[in-house]
Amino acid sequence: MSGRRIAGRVAANGVVWGYAALIVLPTLWVLSNAFKYKIDIITGATISPITWSNFEQLLFSRQSHFLWNLFNSAVVGVISTAIVIVIATMAAFTLGRLRVPGWVRWLILGWALLFQMLPTLTFVGSWYVMWQAVGLHGTYVAVILTHVVHNLPMGLFLMLSFMSALPNELFQAARMDGCSNGQMFWRVAFPLVRGGMIAATALIFIFSWSDFAISLALTSPATMTAPVAISTFAQEYDIRYGEMAAGTLLSIVPALVLILVGQRFIVRGLLAGAVK
Amino acid sequence: MNATITHGTTARRNRRWLVLSLAPVAVFFLVLSGFPVLNLLGLSFFNVEWHEGAANFSYVGIENYRRLFVEETIYWAGVRNTLIFAVGVVTCQMVLGFSMALAVNRAGSAGRTILTGIFLLPIVIPPIVIGTMWRLVMGREFGLANSLLRALGLQEVDWLGNPDIALASVMFVDIWHWTPFVFLLMLAGLESLDEEVLDAARMDVTGFWQEVRHIILPLMMPTIVITVLFRIILSFKVFDEVYLLTSGGPGTATEVINFSIYRTFFRQDQVGYGSAMSVVTLFAITLMIILARGLLARRKGAEDAE
Repeated sequence: MSGRRIAGRVAANGVVWGYAALIVLPTLWVLSNAFKYKIDIITGATISPITWSNFEQLLFSRQSHFLWNLFNSAVVGVISTAIVIVIATMAAFTLGRLRVPGWVRWLILGWALLFQMLPTLTFVGSWYVMWQAVGLHGTYVAVILTHVVHNLPMGLFLMLSFMSALPNELFQAARMDGCSNGQMFWRVAFPLVRGGMIAATALIFIFSWSDFAISLALTSPATMTAPVAISTFAQEYDIRYGEMAAGTLLSIVPALVLILVGQRFIVRGLLAGAVK
Repeated sequence: MNATITHGTTARRNRRWLVLSLAPVAVFFLVLSGFPVLNLLGLSFFNVEWHEGAANFSYVGIENYRRLFVEETIYWAGVRNTLIFAVGVVTCQMVLGFSMALAVNRAGSAGRTILTGIFLLPIVIPPIVIGTMWRLVMGREFGLANSLLRALGLQEVDWLGNPDIALASVMFVDIWHWTPFVFLLMLAGLESLDEEVLDAARMDVTGFWQEVRHIILPLMMPTIVITVLFRIILSFKVFDEVYLLTSGGPGTATEVINFSIYRTFFRQDQVGYGSAMSVVTLFAITLMIILARGLLARRKGAEDAE
């Protein structure tokens, strides 16, 4: 290896690892506040005694409902993700593998693509009025169903990409054997896309868990999710830095788990809408 | 005889499957994303007032639109900021992301899995958490940024409170947030380029910059164009971070379209007026998306013709 090449390698690594440090260091600094006493946060002490008091305050004090907020996030995330995956998988099989009238395909996929790109905030006001009109504003039903429609395009595109990747011969053979559409789905497609379904589930759950705009507009105190709760910490007169950091730390756990177990699916999933 | 009956039931079952498998998706889209657009359109011609939880509607014709186009100032400041924001952040993200991807692609990097994991971090953690983090870092008194400046003996900066730099601060956070995504896409694109084509083309050029300009950029152009359009359209969605970092302030320094809509709907309870804003925004962005897709289709058509 020539000297120039080695120098290039060092420089390239310096740049990308420098950027990585720019991601990791502020994150760690903020998270470290979760273990500090308020006085140490305010005076900016780097090395300070470790305390669990922020977590105790956040999770178990009477003024805080964060444990409940985390539970709400989990309920909304799990149920809405399950609905998205079930209906998106069936629809993706039909759109990707069966003969469907052209205008049906065009309408569903075209609208999914457009809807995914339009700002969520332009819809939020309308959802609020609609749920208010049917008396469901602030209930789990309203938040969950709205999360479903919001994440449906992503679920559809992800599952469509997995369905299209299956070999055509399998479906031809199944049809020759007299399989109906439903049988082809259950016996051929479903067992083969189970891996893809797991990847899509993880991603959709993260999106639901991260959502702020919809939950902000549609939840009541009883159904408030973790991101909305975190935003209220920052807006009180006396900002509770330690608890804010502790809440932040707890709410990124699902994302960390996803990176550790499903790294390779993420980029593919995030791009699914862009390449269509 | 028997065979035709079975055949008949199978055909019926198959049709039923087609309908039943697409119906849930269609119903969700119709009721919760199609209807809301019509709902907004309808509401935008009304003045809505809340009385003890019940809504009172009074028809006002195009008054809401007249107000929006003639009297409104904050929304249009938001439009201007959103455009500056979109063009600014996407340019920086593309230049930074592409350069880093090029460097890694040529030189290789140590610890790829860990690096990818770190770069995915900003993409998957909740945006509100990113807002919280940077609010703590850019905080005026106890923030990390100002602590560092003080330690270096420099003047403190009011990152989020000074109207001249607040928008730049918010843009910095968005660049920080999405450059890793652009980097990963560009790297995937560079790695999928055909080595043989590259080697053959390298014969005709001298030097690194020539190679980038005449070989790599043209080959990467389809990926770059798609990423730019995708990122620009998505940057019009910005809301969570702005909500937490500055709430559009100070003044209208960091006002963005989505925050105007949120404020009008939920803080000022002007449902009719907020609907008019939403309709205009939806219309404009839909038009942009259609134009962008037209552009892509034409590029593709031109390439296929060559």
